Amino acid sequence: MAESIEHPGHAGGHDAPHDHEMSFWSKYIFSTDHKVIAMQYLFTGMAMGLIGGFFAYAFRMQLAFPGMEVPGWGMVSPADYNSLVTNHGTIMIFWVAMPVLIAAFGNFLIPLMIGCDDMVFPKINRLSFQIFFVSAIVLLSSFFVPGGAFGGAWTAYPPLSANPNYSLTPMGSSIWVVAVALEFIAFLLGGINFITTAMNARAPGMKLYDIPIVVWMIVVASILFMASVGPLIAGAIMLFMDQNIGTHFFDPAYGGDPILWQHLFWFFGHPEVYVVLLPAMGITAEIITVFARKKLFAYRTVLYTTFGTGVLSFTVWAHHQFIAGIDPRMAHVFTITTLLISIPIAEMCFVYVATLYGGSITFSTPMLWALAFIFEFLIGGVTGIFLGASGSDIYFHDTYFVLAHFHYTFFPIAIIGTFAGVTFWYPKMFGKMMNDTLGKLHFWGTVIPFNLIFIPLFVLGAAGQHRRIYNYEHFPELSAPWMQDLRQVATIALVVMLGMQLVFFYNFFASMFRGKAAGKNPWKSNTLEWTADSPPPHGNWPEGLPNVYRGPYEYSHPDRDDDYWPQNVPS
Amino acid sequence: MIERYLVQASTFAADIDFVINLIAVLVGFWFFLTAGVFFWLLFRFRRRDGVPSEYITGEEKEHKRFISIPHYLIMVCDIFIIVAAIQVWVNVKQDLPENPHAEIRVIGQQWAWTFVHPGPDGELDTADDIVTVEELRVEVNQPYVFHLESRDVLHNFSVPVFRLKQDVIPGRVITGWFEATKTGTHDIQCAEICGIGHGLMPGRIVIESAADHAAWMAGKAPNQLAATVRGTTVAATGGTKLAAASGDALNAN
Amino acid sequence: MRPIANTRTAAGIPTARLAVWWVLASEIVIFGGVLASYLMQRMGNPDWAAEAAATNVWIGAFNTFVLLTSSLSAVLAHHAAEHEQDGKKAARLLGLTILGGGIFLCVKGFEWYTEISHGMTIQSHPFWSFYYTAAGIHASHVIAGMILMAFVAKDAAKGLELHRVELVGIYWHFVDVVWIFLFPLLYIAK
Repeated sequence: MAESIEHPGHAGGHDAPHDHEMSFWSKYIFSTDHKVIAMQYLFTGMAMGLIGGFFAYAFRMQLAFPGMEVPGWGMVSPADYNSLVTNHGTIMIFWVAMPVLIAAFGNFLIPLMIGCDDMVFPKINRLSFQIFFVSAIVLLSSFFVPGGAFGGAWTAYPPLSANPNYSLTPMGSSIWVVAVALEFIAFLLGGINFITTAMNARAPGMKLYDIPIVVWMIVVASILFMASVGPLIAGAIMLFMDQNIGTHFFDPAYGGDPILWQHLFWFFGHPEVYVVLLPAMGITAEIITVFARKKLFAYRTVLYTTFGTGVLSFTVWAHHQFIAGIDPRMAHVFTITTLLISIPIAEMCFVYVATLYGGSITFSTPMLWALAFIFEFLIGGVTGIFLGASGSDIYFHDTYFVLAHFHYTFFPIAIIGTFAGVTFWYPKMFGKMMNDTLGKLHFWGTVIPFNLIFIPLFVLGAAGQHRRIYNYEHFPELSAPWMQDLRQVATIALVVMLGMQLVFFYNFFASMFRGKAAGKNPWKSNTLEWTADSPPPHGNWPEGLPNVYRGPYEYSHPDRDDDYWPQNVPS
Repeated sequence: MIERYLVQASTFAADIDFVINLIAVLVGFWFFLTAGVFFWLLFRFRRRDGVPSEYITGEEKEHKRFISIPHYLIMVCDIFIIVAAIQVWVNVKQDLPENPHAEIRVIGQQWAWTFVHPGPDGELDTADDIVTVEELRVEVNQPYVFHLESRDVLHNFSVPVFRLKQDVIPGRVITGWFEATKTGTHDIQCAEICGIGHGLMPGRIVIESAADHAAWMAGKAPNQLAATVRGTTVAATGGTKLAAASGDALNAN
Repeated sequence: MRPIANTRTAAGIPTARLAVWWVLASEIVIFGGVLASYLMQRMGNPDWAAEAAATNVWIGAFNTFVLLTSSLSAVLAHHAAEHEQDGKKAARLLGLTILGGGIFLCVKGFEWYTEISHGMTIQSHPFWSFYYTAAGIHASHVIAGMILMAFVAKDAAKGLELHRVELVGIYWHFVDVVWIFLFPLLYIAK
């Protein structure tokens, strides 16, 4: 191949004049540019996030004020309620956390941070987004088919999900399975791109320990996804066939086994938590080092705990199934592995806290989000121990305690982590600064209501409130007035939190036009993306791709007058 | 902690609450320690003019011990939690009482619980079995063994005051046990989503003294019981509740 | 237009080959999921052996032979493309491999037709559900491989993109190896 010779001016030189002739469609819709695809993922994820948030609003209103005509939705019937909670969960994990954290940040950051002009397979990258987009449409279409959307919980346990006579959503269940399977295929294609790009396309001089943590973590997350999703793809095929062509893989009446699905689902489902956690952890690492002006504490330890977490995450899945009818002796094994995995995660948190020591901390908006991530995730982490220990899980299984616990992990990951990343890289994405006052208003307006939603739900869970019940008045022990008060507190806090997102959207879009120009490196950061123009043109560095001379976290180095030392500056 | 909200009404409720409290103390300690250090660092190292950051790689031993020592201590805490959790688990889920007072059968279906009590002779599957819907009656201070069955989808037999929970799986019989320690009437909940009527599947457990229990059994005329074939009772009562929405599902059975 | 990123090889392996290996890694877990599910069920239900006895080992063995032979021609095509730089020869050999895939599918079709007409359908028993599902997913990979090879052979005949002959060969070997697992598990284990 003649063109395999490194030729820095090539990409920009050929493309820059070409850019002007591109139509809107080829520039923003069918582009192969990694940054455009990242924005497509980001905006699709945000739109789906609004839909998922609206679902949460509808069913929380029903819980706080049972039987009420919910403004914007209407009466929430039991069937509605089940579809809403099911699709809230499905959307928030597969169509918000995954596309934003892995795909949007992965696409935007990997080529820029490792100093190359694009992903190694730009067309596959575009195909990945297109499949993802179709999957989102397919999922949402299920709300408009006869019988309504699937309502068997995002875990889709058969026989409920496999048999329309039980679920009463003959089309909704199948559409759900197809949408999820398409989404997996999209992320497999994307993941192959991320992994090969990071492995092969690094800038000259960038050694393994010079790669920014967030790139490492997105790559490890992609590998985890790839290694765990296969069984669930197989399971989705089997479930689809059970629903539509009369096989009985999961139907005990004909020799099938419903527990099999649970294994296939959670073998993927638990690593999936780490698939979305790791990118958020990586984003946090980038931000706290910049705003504490500190070198990341024990870079290699962070990497080893990441790998350790990744490997261990394949051994813990059955802690979701302690009381699901598996052999009770298996619970011992999974209790031990689950408590083991708490160790690398705790260590990662300690590393982040230790990084703050000796720093010079500026509380900018991205830094506030990053710090909130550490603190809120800590709560999510420690409450998980109650559920990972078999003895206490007997009581907590399927209560609101579980629900509050995983919202204390997923909300910091998918919402706080995303806002941290968006506010931090916004100057690079759009070339403008966001308004800091509005940013802080939005921060406090999100984080305080978030805690007011889920702390009451911890209490309700401890008092035995079960999940996925649309109205508690049939259960005398769960319809005490103080419990209903707490439900209302949570719902009002949710409404406030959703309302505060308007501040973000205003700030996000208004700053594109009115924000002050950001310049190349507004945060005085070391990593390579800050050496490109803001926003970077097609090809990222038309003047020539950068070389790398050191690691990404050389802040406040004693030999330097500046308190930062960009990776591409020769010594 | 939990007993503030729900009485401990079974022999193992206090054990499970103990595990929960143990974990609360151990992880609570680490949580408050970490959070305290975290906020102190944020305050102590806030940006001040003329005070530069330190350059610490964190790779040297004397720095690394700040994370490695907590790391080992957490491992020790984990061992305590594992031992306590497994002990309770073995007691609740693996061991069965050797001489149960009676065996009962619990049948879940969309969307009702059916309970088969053994009747005065103490044996299941005899003519004097007492079949009830959505109400389970047991005697206090007596060990019971239960058999869980499902007619359609997954359900979960959950008695919060007992701290007991177990999935009910079609095609299998799952056996477990409990021994109530306090009389009273409490909730039985279905804790596994089972379709649109999941929120309409409440059961009640009545824990009563030996005399009351005997009186209740005597009150059930034998001929009425024998005629009650398993299932027809449910179709009659459970079916009306959601007849409009669920007719097909019940018939499909 | 190829981005510069695509031409770099920091890991020491050409990017395209690296990507093929990662694709195969993800395929391995998909087939792994199907086979692990099947094995778990099979070991829990010894009575499935009665159903498995109805499979035709000779047809399965013949198909194994066909696939292995087709892999051999894929290896020869790789050799022709890489060492002899002979795109035409590579294309002819790939054509032979496609033919092998075709024979495999025809035999499979005949086999399934016979079995279905004897009442052994995908609904009749969980064994047959797994049998048709696992072999069906495999067959879809065979078809995908044949289509890919047709495109690669078309280019190779003009002397273009010869390195892709090797890549499609790696994929074909993988399809072959999956069958090597399916054959004993579905046909021989009684």
